[in-house]
Amino acid sequence: MIPLSWYMALAAILFAIGTYGFLVRRNIIIMMLSIELMLNAVNINMVAMSHYLDSMRGHNFTLFIITVAAAEAAIGLGLIIVLFRNKKTVYVDHINELKG
Amino acid sequence: MFNQFAFLYCASVIIGTALLAVRFKNPVYSVLSVLVLFFHMAGLYLLLNAEFLAAIQVIVYAGAVLVLYLFVLFLVNLRDEIKMDRFIKSPRLGAVASIGLGLCLLYIIPSFKLGAKGEYTVERITELTHTKAMGYELYSTYLLPFEVAGLILLIAVIGGLVLARTEEEEK
Repeated sequence: MIPLSWYMALAAILFAIGTYGFLVRRNIIIMMLSIELMLNAVNINMVAMSHYLDSMRGHNFTLFIITVAAAEAAIGLGLIIVLFRNKKTVYVDHINELKG
Repeated sequence: MFNQFAFLYCASVIIGTALLAVRFKNPVYSVLSVLVLFFHMAGLYLLLNAEFLAAIQVIVYAGAVLVLYLFVLFLVNLRDEIKMDRFIKSPRLGAVASIGLGLCLLYIIPSFKLGAKGEYTVERITELTHTKAMGYELYSTYLLPFEVAGLILLIAVIGGLVLARTEEEEK
């Protein structure tokens, strides 16, 4: 029997890695990929807790999270294509026109 | 014993590929290592008796979302990515912030306590099959969120079409 805390520790580490990727990478596509990592960390937590609580809630929530992640990827990548068409760059530190 | 071994294998592969994904210089390698990560995530779902979610993870995440990422990656320019620096000017700050966040999350895990148990025990789920059990809950308790999820997907389709369209009349 695997303790629940193992799953939670794995989810915490994966979430931290996702945060790291989001904060340090310049490429906006890899930043979105890091967001997917964070969403997956939350999914692990949801399914594991749901399993140990004998409940179905976390499983259904995971289904909704996957739906929203797919929608987010579609819209976000569409925005990246528009950005690349207009600015010819996908690096977040090149997009610095909005200055006070 | 076998379950623990399988969990440790999946967890170590997940953490390793996640670290590689945020460190690789070539973004195509990053996306491919995230692909491996998603397959092992499906393995974890199987360990947790969630076989429908494991299938969804492989079909939707590995099959659809990552292919979308790869296509967009091939549309944008990759040639200067290899030569340029892959991190922002102050990556140490991000590393400190994320390691701090991870340590805080790990520190508060022991104080977590399980709440009241629900009615879907492992025996009941195996008797019903996981897909059926999820469907019962989804179409009764979560009917409105289910409809809203459909609406979100519709908005995503329309938004993707509108965003990726080229303006013909401006030429």
